[in-house]
Amino acid sequence: MAEPAQPRPLPDPVTAREWLQTMLLIRRFEERAGEMYAKAKVGGFLHLAIGEEAAIVGCARALRDDDYLISTYRSHGHTLARGSDPNAVMAELFGREGGLCRGRGGSMHMFDLEHRFMGGYGIVGGNLPIAAGFGLASDYLGTEDATLCTFGDGAINQGTFGETMNLAALWKLPVVFLVTNNQFGMGTALERHSANTDLQERGQSFGVPGMRCDGMDVLDTHAVCTEALKIAREERQPVLVEAVTYRFRGHSMADPEEYRTKEQVAEWRKRDPIATFADRLQAEGVIKEGDEEQMDADAISVVDASVAFADASPFPSPQSLYDDIYVLGDQLQGWYSVDERGAGVSRGEHLGK
Amino acid sequence: MSTTTKRTREALNDALREEMQRDENVLLMGEDIGVFNGAFKVTNGLLKEFGEKRVRDTPISENTIVGMGVGAAMTGLRPVVELMTINFSLLAMDQIVNHAASIRYMFGGQVKVPLVVRMPQGAGHQLGPTHSHSWEALYLHAPGLLVAVPSTPADAKGLLKSAIRDDNPVIFIEHEYLYGQRGEVPDDPDYTVDFGKAAIRREGTDVTVVGISRMAVTAARAAETLASEHGISAEVIDPRTLRPLDLDTILASVRKTNRCLIVEEGWPHGGVGANLAALIQEQAFDWLDAPIGRVTGADVPMPYSKPLEQIAFPHEPQVVEAVRALFGE
Repeated sequence: MAEPAQPRPLPDPVTAREWLQTMLLIRRFEERAGEMYAKAKVGGFLHLAIGEEAAIVGCARALRDDDYLISTYRSHGHTLARGSDPNAVMAELFGREGGLCRGRGGSMHMFDLEHRFMGGYGIVGGNLPIAAGFGLASDYLGTEDATLCTFGDGAINQGTFGETMNLAALWKLPVVFLVTNNQFGMGTALERHSANTDLQERGQSFGVPGMRCDGMDVLDTHAVCTEALKIAREERQPVLVEAVTYRFRGHSMADPEEYRTKEQVAEWRKRDPIATFADRLQAEGVIKEGDEEQMDADAISVVDASVAFADASPFPSPQSLYDDIYVLGDQLQGWYSVDERGAGVSRGEHLGK
Repeated sequence: MSTTTKRTREALNDALREEMQRDENVLLMGEDIGVFNGAFKVTNGLLKEFGEKRVRDTPISENTIVGMGVGAAMTGLRPVVELMTINFSLLAMDQIVNHAASIRYMFGGQVKVPLVVRMPQGAGHQLGPTHSHSWEALYLHAPGLLVAVPSTPADAKGLLKSAIRDDNPVIFIEHEYLYGQRGEVPDDPDYTVDFGKAAIRREGTDVTVVGISRMAVTAARAAETLASEHGISAEVIDPRTLRPLDLDTILASVRKTNRCLIVEEGWPHGGVGANLAALIQEQAFDWLDAPIGRVTGADVPMPYSKPLEQIAFPHEPQVVEAVRALFGE
């Protein structure tokens, strides 16, 4: 287990409390999502980020409002941290029309353009080139926007990693690549999938310098990501940051966790990013006794409301099945989609008209 | 409308130049498109004219350059990515199908992906099984993509301009044989060809022949032979785009001629012809006087040896023979 980072100074009290509140929201949201999965309210795969809250909030709070954040299939926390409505996130998990993506994407494919959360992506390593594309657009259009792209340790062995590091460095793109090293690519431990386990080093031969942060520590993650973003933005130099963290739950809900010991999980749980941060805030007088409990109760009530909202939101109508495959003009010429689901054949795009 | 005789590669070059002049957010990315001026010279001179910001030589990283195109398209640019052959596009299949095609839908319509991915296809240059295939059927398969298969210089120009202006991801399939072919191209810089509008290359009354990509040219030649030597009047249709597909024009023709042959260079299983035959028989069965015929490429990886390669993709005599078979000849 990596050593904890040296203590970093706290931000102002309002900010510190907001970080704690957001981590609590993510924790309670994920727990409830798991419960809703067990009740079959949520389908498909469900990847929870419990244990990774500091890695999420630390990087998200290092971003400016106009910066782009792009993530993976474990992205409920990222979109919540970016400011997405928890009601819409839960409704997306429920597959409802009121979901963030109208129920089209589900757990693995969250997206919130308004908050510049540029998507959860279900293909391991598939989001890296897209992140570089955001960086290219920012550079081309002459904006100051930067992009932060998170991916897991498993993704670092995909071809897109090397290809994207090379291109981002070659074209001097303002992108920070944050490898969330939670020690496992699904059920395969880091040392069983990577010959070089020093992940922050893996970009160097491509011209992408590396940094490491304690992903269990929101302050350290925030400080390192802030520095990396400054380099990316001001020096047009992409940076690879390794956040060393741990997921307390399985890869997905369908994971018997035979690849790790209970002792190892217990050891990491001692470094729970929320508990340690709350203790620090209390020790330094930013919060007083009972505050965390109140903040936790607030988080739970937000999550309660999200479940109620999701339950009340209707499923998408059958007539909307073919919506939004294409941007369609007023003058439709030719058949875009073919509906062959039953007797006869028709143009799919006419279903909702 | 004034026109000038151009080769297909020149017409495509004009389209890129005009759209880059028209919209400063159009940029080109691809392997050897800049300093080398393009493996097939389609981008000739564009680096010199527009500079390195807008004409970008890339490393040989197909999946990533397409993925970057997707990301850039989501955030305000109109990238045109060139892949050196359609075979290499398989390395980018992940970004094309899992992302370019799906992003708008899976994110509930919040974002659009105005990306064009250009690639040449086709056999005849003895390049063997990794450089010679015809795979419009692969891209036609995926909802979310538009697919263009121009066969004339004028269509190549007009469709590419429309593709760049379209807000959907477009797979733009050129044909290596056609790059050097000449035709009349309108001079008007606002000349475009709409997607979803087939061209009737030759009017006829006895049989409908649908030709895809280069096979539209082969089909038109075969139609002349059919008329002059066999007294058969063939109507030749070039769909020009497979998505959207101008099925209505094809159906109207079949209802008139009562016979149909589909000609493509790609493989038979799951091919464009298989797909079109299904769509036509579903809606025009009662008008058909013969089973729908197909002429396709051979069901083999493309061989190198010239005599083998030449019999592995369709030529005019096979089309003539297949049409005559529809009449029991």
